[in-house]
Amino acid sequence: MDLQTLWFAAVAVLWTGFLLLEGFDFGVAALLPVLGRRTADRHLMLRTIGPVWDGNEVWLITAAGAVFAAFPGWYATWLPALYLPFVVVLLGLIVRAVAFEWRHSSHDPRWDATWTRVITGGSLVAAAGVGAALGATTLGLPIDADGTRVGGAFAGLGWSSLLGAAAVLGFSVVHGALFLALKTDGPVRLRARAFALRWSPVAALPLLAWAGLVQLRSGTTVTAVLWLVAALAVVVTWTRVRLDREGQAFAGWATVLLASAATLFGSAHPVVVPSTIDPAFDVTIAQASVSDYTLTVMTWVAAVGLPVVLAYQAWTYWVFRRRLTAEPEHDDSAEPVAA
Amino acid sequence: MDLLGMDTLDVARWQFGITTVYHFLMVPLTIGLGILVAVMHTMWVRTGKPEWLRMTRFWGRVYLVNFVLGVATGLVQEFQFGLAWSEYSRFVGDVFGSLLAMEALLAFFLESTFLGLWIFGWGRIPKKLHLASLWAAVIGSIVSAYFIIAANSWMQHPVGVVVGEDGRPQQVDFLAVLTNNTALAAFTHAIVAALVVAGALLVGIGLYQLRKRKLAGASTTDVSGGRVDDTVWRRSVRVGGWVSLAAFVLVAVTGDWQGKLMYHQQPLKMSSAEALCETEAPAPFSVFAWAKLGSNECDDVHSYTIPGLLSFLAHGDFSSPVPGIEELQEEYAAVYGETYPDDPSFGERAGEPVDYTPVLAATYWSFRMMIGLGGVSAGVAAYALWATRRGRVPTSRIGVYGSLVAVGAPFAANAAGWVFTEIGRQPFVVYPNPDVPVDEQVWFFTAQAVSPGVTVAEVWTSLISLGLLYGALAVVELAILVRLFRRGVTTGDTTPTPPAVGSTRTDGRSDDDRSDDERADDDVLSFAY
Repeated sequence: MDLQTLWFAAVAVLWTGFLLLEGFDFGVAALLPVLGRRTADRHLMLRTIGPVWDGNEVWLITAAGAVFAAFPGWYATWLPALYLPFVVVLLGLIVRAVAFEWRHSSHDPRWDATWTRVITGGSLVAAAGVGAALGATTLGLPIDADGTRVGGAFAGLGWSSLLGAAAVLGFSVVHGALFLALKTDGPVRLRARAFALRWSPVAALPLLAWAGLVQLRSGTTVTAVLWLVAALAVVVTWTRVRLDREGQAFAGWATVLLASAATLFGSAHPVVVPSTIDPAFDVTIAQASVSDYTLTVMTWVAAVGLPVVLAYQAWTYWVFRRRLTAEPEHDDSAEPVAA
Repeated sequence: MDLLGMDTLDVARWQFGITTVYHFLMVPLTIGLGILVAVMHTMWVRTGKPEWLRMTRFWGRVYLVNFVLGVATGLVQEFQFGLAWSEYSRFVGDVFGSLLAMEALLAFFLESTFLGLWIFGWGRIPKKLHLASLWAAVIGSIVSAYFIIAANSWMQHPVGVVVGEDGRPQQVDFLAVLTNNTALAAFTHAIVAALVVAGALLVGIGLYQLRKRKLAGASTTDVSGGRVDDTVWRRSVRVGGWVSLAAFVLVAVTGDWQGKLMYHQQPLKMSSAEALCETEAPAPFSVFAWAKLGSNECDDVHSYTIPGLLSFLAHGDFSSPVPGIEELQEEYAAVYGETYPDDPSFGERAGEPVDYTPVLAATYWSFRMMIGLGGVSAGVAAYALWATRRGRVPTSRIGVYGSLVAVGAPFAANAAGWVFTEIGRQPFVVYPNPDVPVDEQVWFFTAQAVSPGVTVAEVWTSLISLGLLYGALAVVELAILVRLFRRGVTTGDTTPTPPAVGSTRTDGRSDDDRSDDERADDDVLSFAY
């Protein structure tokens, strides 16, 4: 495997890691108004992601950074072509991040309720926006021979971005529900399980459709098999949820994402930004990449750094592995403390 | 859309400037306060004294409120190189992107993961491991500063590259990029400047609380922990004062180092900072200058000067010549062109004359603001140390409130420093390295860096939406901080505990017995999610 393909794989792993990890905290945030009926329930839900959301978000920064570092031609084509969608993602991520921390600054229940809604709203916007950007990119952007977008601000958006948005949102909400079923006890756990049981087959459809389309356009036999694995994993997840096997269900749903993402990136390779105007304008890894020297340097840094990062992130999840329970609620104004 | 007569390039520059300066209000406080909170926490683990725990928790909370806004606004920085500056990103891709990716991999993960462990780890992981988590997060911030400054310094002074076949810089020596002397000077300068910021905050809030408590008679009447709280504020002032003062000396030393490098690497930046029109030997240092309003012509500038000082700052003696703007402008025009190349990538600016002199008023005044406001911080720190000597508590309204207002001075000095260094390198976004023969140099004009396909309306949309959001967030952050500062320390001496099942706490009291403030304080570090 040459260095460019290696880094294409690294970028794929980073984006997939981001969707896998931030996916459940997007999902938990999105489900706050759905599964969190009492204030105490919502606090419980937020506590499951409290220690880890920031670390998960760094996967996005690293994924974008790796695109810039290894394939500046991809970075410089993709971002300006989808300028406004990316700005919307940033706005969502900003309000969400501050809301996690600033919630604690007052004991006014309205203050808390407002920031909780901001977390939900910001997460939905960010998840949908990232999905739209990825969807539009894998299915093609209107770029010319120089990689410049042709058409106005919304020229890059269309059904493909809607599909991508639906795929990431669908995956995330069920992922969040399964995470809650795994991490909590009490009514939230039961509701989360019921939610996953009802919605997992439907929520997987946009993701499978998206991966299937890219597979049909440029896939190989291997990616076709991967797509089948993803589809099968949906069935496995559903049966595991039915049997109340939460750990297996979570692993099954993670497999849906891993196999779908492998199908997407595997089928797309070596094209990173397909052009809807002329296939000759497609941006490939060879055109977009930096020099072999820089790729070599980065390979060494990543080879040393990445295992260490994975080790301590895994350790954090181990430290916070305990199931959480909500405190009995007195009433909404005297909210439970240190819970 | 031709709002204010600005094109995509102008709006994108304003956007970069505004978002960067705003982000950098959080950054020095995060770095400086992070180091100080880690020291406080270390002292608590070592001595077990309650004042250190209270300091850790109070200042730790301030640190977190501020940290998260730094993280949130940092996201914009990562993406806007691609969004608005795609041609820049293409040009510098072989060097610049890898530094950003390494920053994320080696610093951001460390910072975010271990900060999560610190926040949620009270009482859950062993005490020393918990302390180590905070240090890991703080070291992450410092490493992050190193990589991003290495990236910026490469734009100021590109090293470790050759001109590739496509005309873009091609990296040949990664170690040279990492050990760029511009980066080493700027990094140390930024870190010590961050400590000045954190020290000034400790001093300002500490003096305010001490005075308030003394006037209320709190230090003599409140036996149950009042003395400890007095110690908290006194120590905050003493620690903050000494840190601020010592860091200011280092700021001056590293600034002098940077200045000498800059005279060599970007002579026009420094001559503009001094409004030095003609080459002079010995060259004078300008103390105050004024010019015809709106003019960027050197002849319109009048300046009060100290003879010989500029020669000393540039070369370490009082007689060496320092080149003036007019001579340098001609030199640069001769080498890099009188006009921008007649190339579509320059848009409307193709074929237009290049002004190699940065905006004089901006460079001149930002340079003086940086130094002057840094000096104000040092003065306030010295005052605070003097006023609190041997157990004294100052009650002077002017002294205490002045110190409180002066908390803003080092923030503004930091911002001015960045405005100076970024505006001062215009019209280049990548400044040619004078140590390299001209035909082997890489350079890139800001005018060709902007994304060609992005419309001015799009950049206006993002500038306005980010601007409004940033403004609103600034108001909320300030409100939260002011509330914290007014309320002061509210904690008891019990170690924060992990969430317990049921509503009974480890101190045996139910929630209802505890005041709002007590609860609020526990929330942030033991965490009521």
